[in-house]
Amino acid sequence: MTVASQVVGQMDTHPSSMTDVCLRAEGITKVFPGTIALENVDFNVYRGKVNVLVGENGAGKSTLMKILAGVEQATHGRVLLEGKEIHIKSPLDATRHGIGIIYQELTLCPNLTVDENIFLARELSSNGVFIDRKTQKKRTRELIRRLEQNIKPEAYVGDLRIGQQQIVEIAKALAQNIQILIMDEPTSALSVAEVQVLFKVIRELKANGVSIIYISHKLEELLQIGDYVTILRDGKLVCEAEASKIDVPWIIEKMVGRSPSKLFTRTEHKIGEVLMHIENMTLPRLGGGYVVDHVSFDVHAGEILGLYGLMGAGRSDLLDCLAGTCPLANGEVILNGKKLLTFTVTDRIRKGIVLIPENRQAEGLVPTLSVAHNMTLASLARYLSRFFISRKKEMAAVNGMIKDLRVRVTNPNQLITSLSGGNQQKVVVAKGLLTEPKVLLMDEPTRGIDVGAKSEIFEIMNNLALQGYGVVFVSSELKEILAMSDRILVMSKGKITGEFSHDEATEEKLVAASAIGHELVQVENNSNGGK
Amino acid sequence: MTSAKASVKPHRNIKIEIQNLLLRGRAFVALIIVVVVFSILSPSFLSGTNIVIMSKHVAINAILAIGMTFVILTGGIDLSVGSIVGLVAMIAGGMINEGFTIPALGVTVYPHTWMIVLISLIIGTVLGTITGLIIAKFNVAPFIATLGMMYIGRGFAGLRNNGLTFANLVGREEFGNTGFEVLGAGTFLSIPYSIWIMVIFSVIAYLVTMRTPFGRHVYALGGNERSANLSGVPINPTKVIVYAISGFCCAWVGLIVASQLVAAHPATGETYELSAIAAVVLGGTSLAGGRGNVGGTLIGAFVIGVLGDGLIMLGVSTFWQSVIKGAVILDQMQARMQESVALAQQQEK
Repeated sequence: MTVASQVVGQMDTHPSSMTDVCLRAEGITKVFPGTIALENVDFNVYRGKVNVLVGENGAGKSTLMKILAGVEQATHGRVLLEGKEIHIKSPLDATRHGIGIIYQELTLCPNLTVDENIFLARELSSNGVFIDRKTQKKRTRELIRRLEQNIKPEAYVGDLRIGQQQIVEIAKALAQNIQILIMDEPTSALSVAEVQVLFKVIRELKANGVSIIYISHKLEELLQIGDYVTILRDGKLVCEAEASKIDVPWIIEKMVGRSPSKLFTRTEHKIGEVLMHIENMTLPRLGGGYVVDHVSFDVHAGEILGLYGLMGAGRSDLLDCLAGTCPLANGEVILNGKKLLTFTVTDRIRKGIVLIPENRQAEGLVPTLSVAHNMTLASLARYLSRFFISRKKEMAAVNGMIKDLRVRVTNPNQLITSLSGGNQQKVVVAKGLLTEPKVLLMDEPTRGIDVGAKSEIFEIMNNLALQGYGVVFVSSELKEILAMSDRILVMSKGKITGEFSHDEATEEKLVAASAIGHELVQVENNSNGGK
Repeated sequence: MTSAKASVKPHRNIKIEIQNLLLRGRAFVALIIVVVVFSILSPSFLSGTNIVIMSKHVAINAILAIGMTFVILTGGIDLSVGSIVGLVAMIAGGMINEGFTIPALGVTVYPHTWMIVLISLIIGTVLGTITGLIIAKFNVAPFIATLGMMYIGRGFAGLRNNGLTFANLVGREEFGNTGFEVLGAGTFLSIPYSIWIMVIFSVIAYLVTMRTPFGRHVYALGGNERSANLSGVPINPTKVIVYAISGFCCAWVGLIVASQLVAAHPATGETYELSAIAAVVLGGTSLAGGRGNVGGTLIGAFVIGVLGDGLIMLGVSTFWQSVIKGAVILDQMQARMQESVALAQQQEK
């Protein structure tokens, strides 16, 4: 804790050279109905540095960024650019001031191609009337190459995997001439290799004098790339520090307000009989080959099975097959010794296999429904009394889950969209749990949520394993998968290329297994997954 | 990133609260304004008889709009409503006046009036089901599928009697098929049957949408189909059922209209789908699906109906009536935009 004491002294006085600050937010307060999202927060952006913003979900990071990007207006406070007060009333204003943003939730149009998305509202034109597709595609190709990816400019964004979409989002920001770039969770869907490429690009941008504001929940990553760290908690500024002078436990302590020793612990649990057996699961790829290539494995009762692999390795597709969302999937699912004969999601849920999907916004939630109604959507038949849903039974289930999973809500009837990412994720998990599953399939359950919520999700997984459920989870984060899994399967190119027990697994082994079948750095083209 | 914290409550501004309430219940406010204005301008407007007459007009649109509410809540639309009304009217009229001939036996059967009502309802529901199947199984956009059904339905309505009207649908004593006109002219507790049907449908639709799993599925489907699917909501059956409900409602309206006129004309119900959509949207249901309710639709239907009848009583020309109706609809939509703005303002204080 010597580290901590060094920095504490720095907290009150502003870091020395004020001239280095190119953008400064002063006394920002933002009030939403029923909530104060930000309270008198100061935030400095240092020129040509990576300015990291950390905090738990609901700490106000995204709100602060939305204010800087012109999406939201501050209730009080001002923003100074190069010492002069500016008023950012719209995203267009922000771009005019040289501020660009890459959002946490992707904002691309799936019905448009990669180059159309990158130049959306800034279409290139040689004669002022028609779009110059040729130049657009050429510049897109250059940008994608800079990011060391192999995505075709004419591919439709909707056909890309989330990781690739994120790359496009980053390319879109690079295409604009910006001085300050806000990145809200840019790596949440990227593989290790892709993250390293992104970091290279960030360093390049820094060298060109671009200031980066960087938000992420991956703390090791923050210290690797960050120069300055600002920590928010409950809408208030906790402290600002230089990244070189602090370490991860210190950040966690500041963020959470408690010691990190209790996070990420795996409780020992007894592993039982085979609960589910998968035999020869196959999903053909449109245009030949397989997305999931004759995969067979077991899931035991009380086991947490981790699925690791690079983006596009077929992990998510495998879970989709098990959950019954792919009509083209072929293969046997044997649950408790009984072969499942039907293939719809409804039937799989009834039999006890439920999926917590990867993309919370697009697949996990119904944005027009309340927290309570989202939670009970998959298990409505359980609350019936004669023809009607019993409000009493339903609310009992909802309140029980809110308590068990510690979902932070003022009222179960509030709209789901008013919750923070971590709390939304807990609602999706609760929805799955309310179906009383036997096997829980979790696709990137901790994507884009904070340390506190993460450890709560892991706690839930531990509890389920203790109760004899089978948990299969996909994660791109090595540390998570190593810490949580009783057994790890590694996938590459649709096949299982490695199997490790908790004790024998190491980061090196997993990475090596995930690279089988890949000669170069992981490059994938757009046809993956068929979504 | 707006995690709710119960402890911090911004000061509530009563003025803004009231403003919000008015905006949320804007269709109701519009109804009250319309009623007040007309009752000042025309003393007989609020008389018991006039209210009953108006409600009778409203009922036809309201019944269609209730079916349409289910469809629109799923994010769909049903343009075939008016045609199915016309087709059902023609089929029912034909059964009364001509019966149906069974060529193999060389006999003509005249079904009992109750039988005719039942057959008509089944036909309407089956037509809706077919539309639903086309949309669900073949993944055709609801707009296109129902547009196709609209033309087909109207075509068959004309073909049924070569474009002619079935007149004088009173049946004949000796065939035992009299009494069809009672549906349109009869009353219970001095309130016409059509109004009772509207009331009963409203209550059932309210309970179904708010209290049953099917209703919840309808909302979820309109809010996010993919997510609903992953939650195990039976997507396709739900879609088929909402169009079947709409077809069932159309069949009732076809019967009521034919009975009120004691005649079935092939053009019966033309443009009814548009009034129904207008009522649903006026009532606050989002065309994108997932938001809205049956109560709003009912109020919407009343706004349109009362406005129409009131303007007629005042002797306003039909062309101006149309302009005024359109203006009211646009004004309500503009109010909807304000609702979100008001919410943002509320955050400020």
